[in-house]
Amino acid sequence: MRSLKSAILSAAFALGLAGAAQASEAVHIPKQEWSHSGVFGTIDKASAQRGFQIYKEVCSTCHSAKLVPIRTLAGIGFNEDELKAIAAGYEVQAGPNDAGEMFMRPGIPADRFPSPFPNDNAARAANNGALPPDLSLMAKARVGGEDYLYAFLTGFEENPPEGVTLMPGMNYNKYFPGHQVGMPNILMPDGVTYADGTPATVQQQAHDISTFLTFIAEPHMDARKQMGVKVILFLIVLAGLMYATKRKLWSTLH
Amino acid sequence: MAQAHAPQFKNPVVKWIDSRLPIFTMLDHEYNQYPMPRNVNYLWAFGAIAGIMLVIMIATGLVLAMQYAAHTTIAFDSVERIMRDVNYGWLLRYVHANGASMFFIAVYIHMFRGLYYGSYKAPREILWILGVLILLAMMATAFMGYVLPWGQMSFWGATVITNLFSAFPLVGDPIVTWLWGGFSVDNPTLNRFFALHFLLPFVLLGLVILHTAALHVSGSNNPLGIDAKGPQDTVPFNPYVTIKDGFAVVVFLIFYAAFVFFAPNYLGHPDNYIPANPLVTPAHIVPEWYFLPFYAILRAIPDKLGGVLAMFGAIAVLAALPWLDTSKVRSCKFRPIYRQFFWILAIDALVLGYAGAMPAEGVWLLVARIGTAYYFFHFLILLPLLGKLERPLPLPASICEPVLKGGGRVAAGAHAKPMEKA
Repeated sequence: MRSLKSAILSAAFALGLAGAAQASEAVHIPKQEWSHSGVFGTIDKASAQRGFQIYKEVCSTCHSAKLVPIRTLAGIGFNEDELKAIAAGYEVQAGPNDAGEMFMRPGIPADRFPSPFPNDNAARAANNGALPPDLSLMAKARVGGEDYLYAFLTGFEENPPEGVTLMPGMNYNKYFPGHQVGMPNILMPDGVTYADGTPATVQQQAHDISTFLTFIAEPHMDARKQMGVKVILFLIVLAGLMYATKRKLWSTLH
Repeated sequence: MAQAHAPQFKNPVVKWIDSRLPIFTMLDHEYNQYPMPRNVNYLWAFGAIAGIMLVIMIATGLVLAMQYAAHTTIAFDSVERIMRDVNYGWLLRYVHANGASMFFIAVYIHMFRGLYYGSYKAPREILWILGVLILLAMMATAFMGYVLPWGQMSFWGATVITNLFSAFPLVGDPIVTWLWGGFSVDNPTLNRFFALHFLLPFVLLGLVILHTAALHVSGSNNPLGIDAKGPQDTVPFNPYVTIKDGFAVVVFLIFYAAFVFFAPNYLGHPDNYIPANPLVTPAHIVPEWYFLPFYAILRAIPDKLGGVLAMFGAIAVLAALPWLDTSKVRSCKFRPIYRQFFWILAIDALVLGYAGAMPAEGVWLLVARIGTAYYFFHFLILLPLLGKLERPLPLPASICEPVLKGGGRVAAGAHAKPMEKA
């Protein structure tokens, strides 16, 4: 019996793996060390805050994160006053007012991050025809997740390998499917000056922004894992009690 | 199965109701006194597990439906709103999304248990056919549920699967237009899929009730595949099987919770976190894992109509199984040759599943074709012949004979043990 069960369960795993692996086009994405990986892992809040700084100063000039309310940042350690200050730094469109006009007002934490372009067509027009994808779910929307994001952000090469001709306006990336991507290599050494004084190497920036994107894609991840540990411990104890009861009960049968 | 006697209720209200509508007597007969063969192993718990999964799916689905908006412009965002803003919305959604996979795992194990122990043979043919209908209803429900988040895989999966019906000559294209409610998968499609995704689980529930009713007429099969001959062969369902099934359910929930809390997106596809875009086709359109063997069969046939017929045929052949298997012996324990072929079929199903996840080209297409051919060979040729050619081992006289006398290791509390080794 056990062999049948494990065969089918492992098949379920294998199929899941297969489903996940088949789209990766055989480009190996190196695994990185993440503080949030594993059962007990939690988001590195300092890293995510640095990642937010990069998002704000670099990414958000082209990319939206329109599904994410600004108050979500409470999850990486910003307090209420800081959230209000961050939100007030954005202008958001509101209205219509009594005169039927839309108007701009300073943001509040309940607002979602404003998008850099009014719509997809405007974004394409400003970006050589390429649409910078929304970043709200980026860490969950690519095979490889945050490892892929890190690989992508550090995978640009100034000169494409021999035999590869880039289309006009395209850039070469080792990890991007098809290798030609509209986005330029955006992370430069010391391209940002971290508020906490961490040296801003390209690797550090890629790590921090990937952590931040993981956080906004799944703001409840830490709470989920912590609840999971409790739920599974409870179920193991319950299973033990039930098994003991079952043994006792069936032992009375003759 | 008539060791049941009329229960005496002490509570006057229960007594009053029961003498007018004997619902308590019915429950007592079906879930308290119901005689269960004493030698059933833990594989028999997967029926109960599947039942619990249906309840979990309906309960979480109901609450999700209160928050979900079935319109192409906001469906994707409304799911993200559930994930981010609704209290424990992330939990509800992950329990529901992974629950579909768990439901299929439970049902597939339940089905393979039926195949191994010949649970589909007389007098359980209708019970088995109801089970096949349950599988069909589950597949339809799961498919439409996967469309609702309106991600890329939702949209393109819906496009591929609804287009299958266009393979039928003459009526094909009008059927597809009718299914879509337009000329492509669009808002009317999403809207009706939501309505049907809400309705079908209750159809499923009705089928499950019939499935259970049919089960309780003939009684449960058991690992020996012989009929219970009296009270010495059975135990009352409650408390013996309730506690055993209950334990199995909790162990299954641990496995389930591991996915929900630690790998909630493992069984999904990253592309479904990209909003649906009719202008961009994903590199590979893959269904959820539980459809992969059928997807492999679909793609294995070089002709579109042939592929569609083969895919539906793969399920229809299961409904004909009680008549395709000509052997009178139920359990694989006493069918040494069929037992080997059972395992080959199980491996074949896994290979088909793997091939279904791979691009339909080169070696994987060949593997899918061989797997498909073998699948139909097993049911249509092997089973009818094997029943006539195979010499089954001698059957024991009764269930309690090998339980109480066989093996010589019948310590207290180990009555069911010798049977669990199969």
